[in-house]
Amino acid sequence: MSEPATDPLPDPSIARAQASGSTGSAGGSSRRRLLALIVKEYAQIRRDPSTFLIAFAMPLLLLFLFGYAISLDPRETRVALVVQDDSAPAARLAQAYVHSPYFDVTPLNAVIPARALMEEGAIHGFVVIPPDFGRSVARGAPRPIQIVTDGTQPNQATFIASYAEGVRLNWMASEMAMRAGEARATGMGPPIDVSQRMWFNPGLQSRYFLVPGAIAIVMTMIGTLLTALVVAREWERGTMEALLATPMRMIEFILSKVLPYFLLGMGSMALCTVIAVTAFGLPFRGSIFALFAIAAAFLLPALGLGLFISAGTRNQFVASQVALLASFLPTFLLSGFIFEIGSMPWPIQALTYAVPARYLIPALQTVFMAGDIWPIILPNILIMLGFGLLFFILCFRATRRSLD
Amino acid sequence: MPVLQLPARFTRLRAMIVKEIWALLRDPKSRIVLVLPPLIQLFIFTFATTLDVKNVDIGLVDRSGGVHAQELLQRVEGSPRFRDVIVLPSMAAMEQAIDEQQVLAAIVIQDDFDQRLARGQSATLGLVLDGRRSNAAQIVAGYVSQIAGGYGAELAPISARQGGSSAVTHWYNPSLDYMWFTLPGLVALIISIAGIAITSQAVARERELGTFDQLMVSPMRVHEILIGMMMPPLLVGMFNGMLFLVVAQVAFGVPFTGSFFLFIVAMIFYQLALIGMGLLVSAMSMTQQQAFLGSFIVTVPLILLSGYAAPIENMPDWLQVITYADPVRYFLIIVQGLFLKAMPASVVFHQLWPLGVIALVSLSAAAWLFRARME
Repeated sequence: MSEPATDPLPDPSIARAQASGSTGSAGGSSRRRLLALIVKEYAQIRRDPSTFLIAFAMPLLLLFLFGYAISLDPRETRVALVVQDDSAPAARLAQAYVHSPYFDVTPLNAVIPARALMEEGAIHGFVVIPPDFGRSVARGAPRPIQIVTDGTQPNQATFIASYAEGVRLNWMASEMAMRAGEARATGMGPPIDVSQRMWFNPGLQSRYFLVPGAIAIVMTMIGTLLTALVVAREWERGTMEALLATPMRMIEFILSKVLPYFLLGMGSMALCTVIAVTAFGLPFRGSIFALFAIAAAFLLPALGLGLFISAGTRNQFVASQVALLASFLPTFLLSGFIFEIGSMPWPIQALTYAVPARYLIPALQTVFMAGDIWPIILPNILIMLGFGLLFFILCFRATRRSLD
Repeated sequence: MPVLQLPARFTRLRAMIVKEIWALLRDPKSRIVLVLPPLIQLFIFTFATTLDVKNVDIGLVDRSGGVHAQELLQRVEGSPRFRDVIVLPSMAAMEQAIDEQQVLAAIVIQDDFDQRLARGQSATLGLVLDGRRSNAAQIVAGYVSQIAGGYGAELAPISARQGGSSAVTHWYNPSLDYMWFTLPGLVALIISIAGIAITSQAVARERELGTFDQLMVSPMRVHEILIGMMMPPLLVGMFNGMLFLVVAQVAFGVPFTGSFFLFIVAMIFYQLALIGMGLLVSAMSMTQQQAFLGSFIVTVPLILLSGYAAPIENMPDWLQVITYADPVRYFLIIVQGLFLKAMPASVVFHQLWPLGVIALVSLSAAAWLFRARME
């Protein structure tokens, strides 16, 4: 079952490389040997359908999910409205809720059914307009309305509370305007008005920052997970020992493992970028050069980590679990692409500094949305290269030790 | 004859289950992998997956230099949400600070800000936000509006304050503690990751080592083999589920208000649905590597479509329909309900039967596929 032996492509060149001098002093033979090893890796990649699954099917799936499924832009949130008063002001307030673009309102006439709907998660909150509301408005001292939210989803609860209050404030302003006449109404605006400008993403589309995050995940998967799996399989099957027994040098061995997956990762990244820009309408304001520089700088630590994991575990199942824990989850959770690093407790914040993706995400988001801002991109690239160096040194040591 | 056959069948099944559990627990490395990563995931996820926005640096360009601007600045500085207020001398400096992500947002106070407020007119506060992190920026905008609105209300004439009020109550989680949301959700998530991965790997490993063929030629029936294969992930999942239940209450103080019995029943249904999907993946893959990638490709959409990462209501309608086939969706509602809402059995049942249907369909599809492969 030895991989090199069954491969028709690399056999002759390996043999030739071996014949032309095992000292490796002749530059030509060493290059040929490396080429042969790369051809072997390439044949292996081509023969295994799972590689294509991970390099092309999975990126498309991830892009699709992050482009469509995870939308942090709220659409209509389901709430109920309990109106316990039949006066005109109460009806106008109820109308204001029904017409609000933020809510999908179910009208109810008591609190009890609202409780049942909350329990099963059919609504996420409800508003109660109390009895005697209309008369209290007429008296100039409106009774407070009740806003109840489902606290099991804190962000949604905050959103409902503030938007429900916003609807009431608007209604209040128009009630006052009605009573005071148009003349005073123009002066009725809030004393301090905040006018906000969202740079780089004026439409507030969460897709804009989620899709670059998906690209980071794709590169992590190819760089670390796929590499760890493929190389762990060689260790598990013993073909790695056979490879290491050939006259090739360590650097050639590592290069032969790294180059094919590096190219695969870059290709996949390029594919994702094209789809992100054409299908998902992401802006691309930086330069292609910066994008490739960032991606290349990230793939080095990713690949180094993958090789290190495989050399350390030599078991596909364990390698897959470790790679998931050491690469996919940190990229997903600790890189700052969904969850704000600044909000995490300090030990976790400290941990994020050891996650290469933490440096990739701001650089990637910048090159997509803002442009080539080198003061952000360059330091991040340098740190990622530093991680790459560290992981490759670890990798050299782990592989060498295992030969004893 | 039938008297003898019954015990024989049970012995076979028992032997199969014992063998499966040994296969899983034999290797010390995989033993560690079964429990340690889920626990690490629980802790890291819990602390990392907060959508709260805190400790933000914010920039300030003050062109008015008046008392109102100063007062507003002090209120922003005093807010626990913000870490530092960085005073920027010019609009160009502001632009650079945002570009280079030194600040997430910048407040711009125009030169007539104080005069207008002093004259009783309404004044405008400019706020520039970094849209590269538009989600966090939006939340920051909310904080700033709140501070500005509060200060504005104090300046406003009394009549505007007679506008009534609203009383806000958050049920089930009165202080909106984010961990109360995270931990129950993580029970569902981490069990799904482990359940599918263990199931699909177990079969693929036997297949890769060639021992699966030996099993197939043994007198064992397909369903006996499948039941044997189901036991280890079921047991590991139950163990992890109990562990999380205890950790969530003891270490993180999340209340568990529902029935423990319902939790166990729901866990079993959920696990069966997951194991069915894991077996389907393994039936379709020839190597461990394919099984691992297959389980990954199944697990990621299950989690992203469950409603944990983003509300299902935010998804496009056609995608919402697809989420009905996602077991995580149902268990997430159950587990959140049992933790925080003291969810009664009747409501739990509404979410339970779809899990049963998914389990039934996936397990029989897997059995069919294995049988088809055997021929």
